[in-house]
Amino acid sequence: MTDASIGGAAEPRKKKSSIHELDARTRKRNASEARFKAFGLGAILIGLFFLVTLAVSIVRSGLPAFTETVVDVEFTLNQAQFDEAEATLFKTAAYSDLFIADLRGTLEERGVQVAFDEAAIERLLGKVGGTLREFYRANPEQLGQPVAFQLPASSRVDGYFNGRVTRETLEDTRFLQGSDLDLVDALHEAGVIRQDFNWTFLTGADSGVDNPGGAGIGASVVGSFFMMLVVLVLALPIGVAASIYLEEFAPQNKFTDLIEVNISNLAAVPSIVFGILGLAVFIQFMHLPQSAPLVGGLVLTLMTLPTIIISTRAALKAVPPSIRDAALGVGASKMQAVFHHVLPLAMPGILTGTIIGLAQALGETAPLLLIGMVGFVARGYPEGFLGGFTEPNSAMPAQIYTWAARADVSFYEKAWGGIIVLLVFLLLMNVIAIILRRKFERRW
Amino acid sequence: MPLLWLFLIVLAIAAVGFVLGRARALASAGGDVRNLHSLPSYYGNNVAIKTVVPAILVMLIWLIVQPMIVNSTISGMIPESSVAENSSLGLVMSEVRRTADGLDNAVANGDMTEAFARDARADFTDVTQRLKDAGQIVTSDVTQPILRAAQSYRIMNATGNLIMSGIVLALALAGLLWGLRDSHAAFRARNTVEAAVRALLIGAASIAILTTIGIILSLVFNTVEFFRLYPATDFFFGTSWAPSFSGRGGSSDLGVLPLLWGTFYISIVALVVAVPIGLFAAVYLSEYATPRVRAVAKPMLEVLAGIPTIVYGLFALLTVGPLLLGIFGDDGLGWMQAGTAVMTAGLVMGIMLIPFVSSLSDDIINAVPQAMRDGSYGLGATQSETIKQVILPAALPGIVGAILLAASRAIGETMIVVLGAGAAAKLSLNPFEAMTTVTAKIVSQLTGDADFSSPEALVAFALGMTLFVLTLGLNVLALYIVRKYREQYE
Repeated sequence: MTDASIGGAAEPRKKKSSIHELDARTRKRNASEARFKAFGLGAILIGLFFLVTLAVSIVRSGLPAFTETVVDVEFTLNQAQFDEAEATLFKTAAYSDLFIADLRGTLEERGVQVAFDEAAIERLLGKVGGTLREFYRANPEQLGQPVAFQLPASSRVDGYFNGRVTRETLEDTRFLQGSDLDLVDALHEAGVIRQDFNWTFLTGADSGVDNPGGAGIGASVVGSFFMMLVVLVLALPIGVAASIYLEEFAPQNKFTDLIEVNISNLAAVPSIVFGILGLAVFIQFMHLPQSAPLVGGLVLTLMTLPTIIISTRAALKAVPPSIRDAALGVGASKMQAVFHHVLPLAMPGILTGTIIGLAQALGETAPLLLIGMVGFVARGYPEGFLGGFTEPNSAMPAQIYTWAARADVSFYEKAWGGIIVLLVFLLLMNVIAIILRRKFERRW
Repeated sequence: MPLLWLFLIVLAIAAVGFVLGRARALASAGGDVRNLHSLPSYYGNNVAIKTVVPAILVMLIWLIVQPMIVNSTISGMIPESSVAENSSLGLVMSEVRRTADGLDNAVANGDMTEAFARDARADFTDVTQRLKDAGQIVTSDVTQPILRAAQSYRIMNATGNLIMSGIVLALALAGLLWGLRDSHAAFRARNTVEAAVRALLIGAASIAILTTIGIILSLVFNTVEFFRLYPATDFFFGTSWAPSFSGRGGSSDLGVLPLLWGTFYISIVALVVAVPIGLFAAVYLSEYATPRVRAVAKPMLEVLAGIPTIVYGLFALLTVGPLLLGIFGDDGLGWMQAGTAVMTAGLVMGIMLIPFVSSLSDDIINAVPQAMRDGSYGLGATQSETIKQVILPAALPGIVGAILLAASRAIGETMIVVLGAGAAAKLSLNPFEAMTTVTAKIVSQLTGDADFSSPEALVAFALGMTLFVLTLGLNVLALYIVRKYREQYE
């Protein structure tokens, strides 16, 4: 682009006195230049802003899932009280009364004066009576001795400590009332109620829809683990074998072309279609057990194969031909040259690609929903190693989805917490991939 | 015999074969490796391959075929009359399987003797009660035909497994003998083993084709089944989507148009977000950014692509939705009724797609040779003029390809729309209304205990087919554009 143009000759040219003085057109062009550059910078900043927003909302909303509110009480029940409570019509209510009397005593000792009744205790701590009765029926030898109970508080009390529930927004419901918060504050001051690390969340299984506090991600972590095991055992050998054939042995013909086009197409097929495939082939046709990590693993294997094949081929291609030639030169067969020399040198690249493929598979949700690996089937840990593959279980992302889809908002906190756990796993896998790449990186 | 044991036994025979074959070949060469055609371990491998491969192949095929044969035989046994009015053969068959599993478990736990479980004349009310007592989950009442079917199901499976174990073991032993007979010094063991390995490699590569065939067959069969129950014209041109799971046959409206509209609308919103941001980011990264900025910013943006979509779904549902509702909802402009809407899902999906557009475009812009930039600067153009009038036109086919790939991702994306877009199938122009997409409806039609013979469940396969064809078409188009219009530079 120049200042001269066809129409420009007709206009009277303004004489410029100095090259330091910019004319209007140059200023306009420079402004447009600056604007364009600012747009580019802005776009990157917007992208990074989204990333930061995402990270902040995950951490801020997810961290509360890792703490729980527990009530520490020391409670003594003697044989006479036990017999008396067991003799009444409403047995758990009798235990509740005993517990409340005990709690009142404790609070009075510490000089706290708050009025509360059984309903309030039930709103704060759930069915205390049932818990106590269960404990003493299972451990009759503990009768007459002081036992330290750590009772989990209800999820709304938890929310009060986390700031999710505040006095301003609280409406009196059957779950929590304004007067209960006075009691909570009093208990907190007396040191009876405190915040603790929530091990149940890390080790537990999914709970019922009415018990957000007891929900944990542990069982679905196990489900994810068995699925990843299936993916690793199947996808790595098959992917590597396929790449070796395509990269080292395949002749240029229609069949090879077909395979190559197929692989690049499979890489772009939406994940949900793989779920449909799994449902139709593995469950409808082969009658493999529904909701089993084995089926989930098979589906994810088919999904991850293209990723692994593409990265493995890149790794094989990066090994220089001189290695192959040298091996062939000393009398190795083509197969020996590949398996003894090229493959070991390409291994770091292959492993990096595999880990990245596994990380992708770990975060995938949609196909798992179709084969029935939804959260609420993960009610417990599988029995034994083989059971881990065939017993109904969930996976981390499916568990998160189940929590997010529940009506009770207390589960949202669990969903965010689950995402933190999932991201920690992904981060670990990526870190391993990066370390492998750094450690074995080789320039030819 | 449990499968795992059978598998381990075959492997053990192969291990023995490896040792024997190697020793036998060495012995035939008089203990001198130089007299052998191949290295000793190749003779061992030869025996091991001949032991394992035929046996395991037969085992796999048997495992796939046997349930099919058993199922078809058993469903032939069930009389028409015992299929209830609101039920189907498929449901009865699953009851049969459940009963058979219950009997198996009861026998395994010692609650029932094998003879009792097999006895065809067993009083079925008694069996039901005993199964319930044994803690097995059984359908409310096990009827006579179901119990008979379950019993023959168990017997057929047991005999089938027994025959399979016998055949597999016989094959393994035969392979062992065959391999051992070949283990002598003149045998070209390496060539044989390498041919076998090569066949395995080809087999692995063919799995991609098998997967595609599997996808197409499973979609086509079920789609054809669906169109037998539901007219194709109503599916493709129907403007109303109202499945009813209670009524069977004809009472549901299953028109795909509202879903397609929702899919396209959300994808367009996503692309409107992702394309400008991604493109400007790519231009800045490749043309303006210093190496240090680039080294930090590019991987940071790519992190957005590595985050699982469930995270974006939750982000849409719990962060972006309420945020938009605060601005456009009843408290603000009054355009929006609920947090889940086309805008919510589209915006979040756009964020997810930014790195797809930016990274691909960045690579393509980088591939434009420096000489073209220098030429443009030489003519007095500023950097932005060079980019707008030289580099972008040169990179355009690649960029269009990248955008099409992003579009196909957007169409196939599931979790964001399941959580963020709502469930109402609507033909509406308002981006602040809830709409739904093909993928979200596949999930909702196939989760839950749907019976696979009802049109309400089968429609998911027709939707899957539509989705598959759409995304495949976009991908092929993208590849075609990139290949056909790519500028070749020296």
